[in-house]
Amino acid sequence: MKKAAVDENRSKDGSWLLGLAVLSALIFIVMPLCFDIFRLNLVGKYLTYAFVAVGLVLCWGQGGILSLGQGVFFGLGGYCMAMFLKLEASDPKSTAIQSTPGIPDFMDWNQLTKLPWFWQPFHSLTFTLIAVVLVPSLFAFIIGVAMFKRRVGGVYFAIITQAVAAILTILIVGRQGLTGGINGITDLKTLHGWDIRTNGAKYVLYFINAGLLVASLLVSKYITSSKLGRLLLAMRDKEERVRFSGYDVSNFKVFIFCMAAGISALGGAMFTLQVGFMSPSFVGIVPSVEMVIFTAVGGRMSLLGAVYGTLLVNFGKTYFSESYPALWLLLMGGLFISVVMFFPNGLAGLYDQHLKKRVAAAGARFRAGRAAGLKTAPAGEPPGMEKTAATLPGGIPGKRTKGPKQPLETRP
Amino acid sequence: MTNTEVLLAIEDLTVSFDGFKAVDALNLYVNKYELRAVIGPNGAGKTTVLDLICGRTKATAGRIQFKEKDLTKLSEHQIVHLGVGRKFQTPSIYGNLTVFENLEISFPRGRTVLGSLVFRRTQDIRDRVREVAKEIFLDAHLDMEAELLSHGQKQWLEIGMLLIQEPELMMLDEPVAGMSVKEREQTAELLGRICRNRSVIVIEHDMEFVKSIAHKVTVMHQGKILAEGTMESVQENEKVIEVYLGH
Amino acid sequence: MGGYTFSELGSIFVMQGFSGLSLFCVYLLMALGLAIIFGQMGVINMAHGEFLTMGAYTTYFMSKLAVDHFPALVGIYFPFAIILGFLIAFGMGYLLEVLLIRHLYKRPLDTLLATWGVSLVLQQVFRSAFGAREVSATLPAWLLGSVKPTETIDIPLNGLFMMGLTLVLSLLVFIFLFRSRWGLKVRATTQNRVMSGGVGINTKKVDRMTFAVGCGIAGVAGAVFTTIASTGPTTGSLYIVDTFLVVVFGGAASLVGTVASAFSIAQAQSVLEFFLTSSIAKVLTLLTVITVIMARPEGLFTIRVRK
Repeated sequence: MKKAAVDENRSKDGSWLLGLAVLSALIFIVMPLCFDIFRLNLVGKYLTYAFVAVGLVLCWGQGGILSLGQGVFFGLGGYCMAMFLKLEASDPKSTAIQSTPGIPDFMDWNQLTKLPWFWQPFHSLTFTLIAVVLVPSLFAFIIGVAMFKRRVGGVYFAIITQAVAAILTILIVGRQGLTGGINGITDLKTLHGWDIRTNGAKYVLYFINAGLLVASLLVSKYITSSKLGRLLLAMRDKEERVRFSGYDVSNFKVFIFCMAAGISALGGAMFTLQVGFMSPSFVGIVPSVEMVIFTAVGGRMSLLGAVYGTLLVNFGKTYFSESYPALWLLLMGGLFISVVMFFPNGLAGLYDQHLKKRVAAAGARFRAGRAAGLKTAPAGEPPGMEKTAATLPGGIPGKRTKGPKQPLETRP
Repeated sequence: MTNTEVLLAIEDLTVSFDGFKAVDALNLYVNKYELRAVIGPNGAGKTTVLDLICGRTKATAGRIQFKEKDLTKLSEHQIVHLGVGRKFQTPSIYGNLTVFENLEISFPRGRTVLGSLVFRRTQDIRDRVREVAKEIFLDAHLDMEAELLSHGQKQWLEIGMLLIQEPELMMLDEPVAGMSVKEREQTAELLGRICRNRSVIVIEHDMEFVKSIAHKVTVMHQGKILAEGTMESVQENEKVIEVYLGH
Repeated sequence: MGGYTFSELGSIFVMQGFSGLSLFCVYLLMALGLAIIFGQMGVINMAHGEFLTMGAYTTYFMSKLAVDHFPALVGIYFPFAIILGFLIAFGMGYLLEVLLIRHLYKRPLDTLLATWGVSLVLQQVFRSAFGAREVSATLPAWLLGSVKPTETIDIPLNGLFMMGLTLVLSLLVFIFLFRSRWGLKVRATTQNRVMSGGVGINTKKVDRMTFAVGCGIAGVAGAVFTTIASTGPTTGSLYIVDTFLVVVFGGAASLVGTVASAFSIAQAQSVLEFFLTSSIAKVLTLLTVITVIMARPEGLFTIRVRK
């Protein structure tokens, strides 16, 4: 009987890898062939948001932790990168006309005469590359420890992450001498002497970005299929039981929240490189919530779905906000409502309902042909998603299945 | 009882909620390999005592000594690691996982973040899961989703999830609620086997069941201990009779 | 603080305290409705701010109507605007509950997302209907001007009026909750939903009414809001996160807590604003609130209960 289960797992992972291959082909081959560099750069930009969406699958879909402040981590990653690029663009020669040459232009405009201490280490590329992931993860660690150790969760956590996003935006905008203010950090030119504004560089960055995204997907898949992934699911529904099975629940939550933050930060850094600036408009409440809808559209439990969801929503956004800007907000609002009300499993759910059987049947025929005698999963019951379908409708509670009366885990 | 070594010593334990003392200066001693039943009318504080022992509720005052450690100072998972298992009043299992997975997730390995990332389903785990499943009469249902089990079977499964951790003290809150007569008998037999190498505290309302399993019975009332002793002696205690029939 | 005389400093504190009181009123007006809804149903309504905007636009519309067509009524349209603001927000709230919220009671996080969508839609509707620019209701003459108790203190009348209204509204909510039969049902449902259902309270109906009333209060808040500030499509959403922190800080389901927390947060922010830049003041206030919530996740004013 265990043999069947192992086979089942194998075919589950197999079909996921197949899905990843399809996605990779789309990103690595189809897109670059179909689009000119301008459009491809746009796709690249969308794909940087997909990092956030993938992170949200981990912490929201799998862990039940809804963060409405993922823009914070995207932004921190992006800012770390931007600080390095800005310092490189602000060498004494090109800033000679400033009253203090050698510091970023916005600092000069704000009467700063010395580079602030926290900018200093960003002269080093190595430091920057480490900081891009480490700073946001560390920040997430602090928030996570503070919240999860105190058993703050569910809607409370969501609201607090929103407040954090608000705080960071206010800080960035308010202290413009240190951060570039509302305009953000702009006029970025070279990465270690390599001009990132050329078409060639944009191609290279696009592929690096795509590669990092696939790597993030693989790491995330490893996590969700490990025991840790199962524990997260178990916690989402029966946190108390997990705790009394001897697990320190908060550690797992902190971990997955940090993972999500780190992955989002990668996206942020790649955004800065590809788009050439970073600004507080990617940090605040509105972009952060918007990123949640990418995940929701793709299917909150589906890593691959998150990427498709991000692409779809952003293509839609670009199309509509160019042609019918007023309509876009209505559509966006409608999307939030309808995804939650009618398609809680998003695109992935629709795929499972309508297409998966056929794909699985084809796959089963293929496998049966290849290795007759090896027991394959019955075509009618694709494993994997069935479980999500069973979990979701009852309630996708942050923490709480007890009912609305006591929405915050308290400790009498 | 051949072994009278004390495993759990509760002294002066008090917890108050906004002035109301749910547990009031309680003293309770449980020996090694003892099966203790705690009975009492609703609101007597029975479940709260279990909550206090396993760290779900923090005590206002008093000590809970378990294997030289004071449990009141530890967090829930540390208490579990020390060897205390707790079954809840309503069966708390993972409904969308199979019986096998329910037991596997309770297996005490890969309990840290890192450990759970590298956790593999090895042969010894499979063997142990099957062994426990057999003990809780569920070996034929290993692949069934736990949601589909009967109420009684869910109670067993939760007991099994504790057993697989091999705790030295098991606390069961109403383990036979919702069980058929036959299931009750099986459970009594199971508990008899379980307490051969560990101590068990059972909260139960079913007096027949308590009579059939308990070595010693503690009667609680209004956060205090009203009487303690064998079932027969307790049943003849006038204070106990008054509490149970007096109103 | 050199350079100020003692009396100047006193005036500054009074004025700053007054501006804190205005902020307190806005917070409280928004938070009252939210606290009732959140306390009873655990529902986070991200579109709550838009109900305030709704009331504000209603008032603007009434004032425009009065100015354009019935100049004689300019002095007295305001009470009608309050009533209409309540009714419209109440009706929309009722509709929202029936169409959306009631399907999501068991999924608080999803409610949060769905109502965010509702708020986006409403904002766009406002923008299409009233334009993106901020509008101001024409205030009756008796609301203009200010009181000057001393040489250096200057307190605007409209601000005082708003405080008065806030007080009245809060009292009404208290009376409604603690003196009316229906309030009893609400409190019963808040404390023990299952039991309330057991004793024959139609908890679904109570939920629907509570939600609608909460939204209605926001509508009134919007009407009151127009006396001190202008209205734009996103006016309501500016305060939504702050208001949630107010509710959580005070402890959901505790109205006294809500009042106290609205007061302390508003005053802290306004006093800090005088000594620091406004952005830093805001950051410090939010950080303090978050820290307190962490230390006491159940809120400042809730009682310890047995699980």
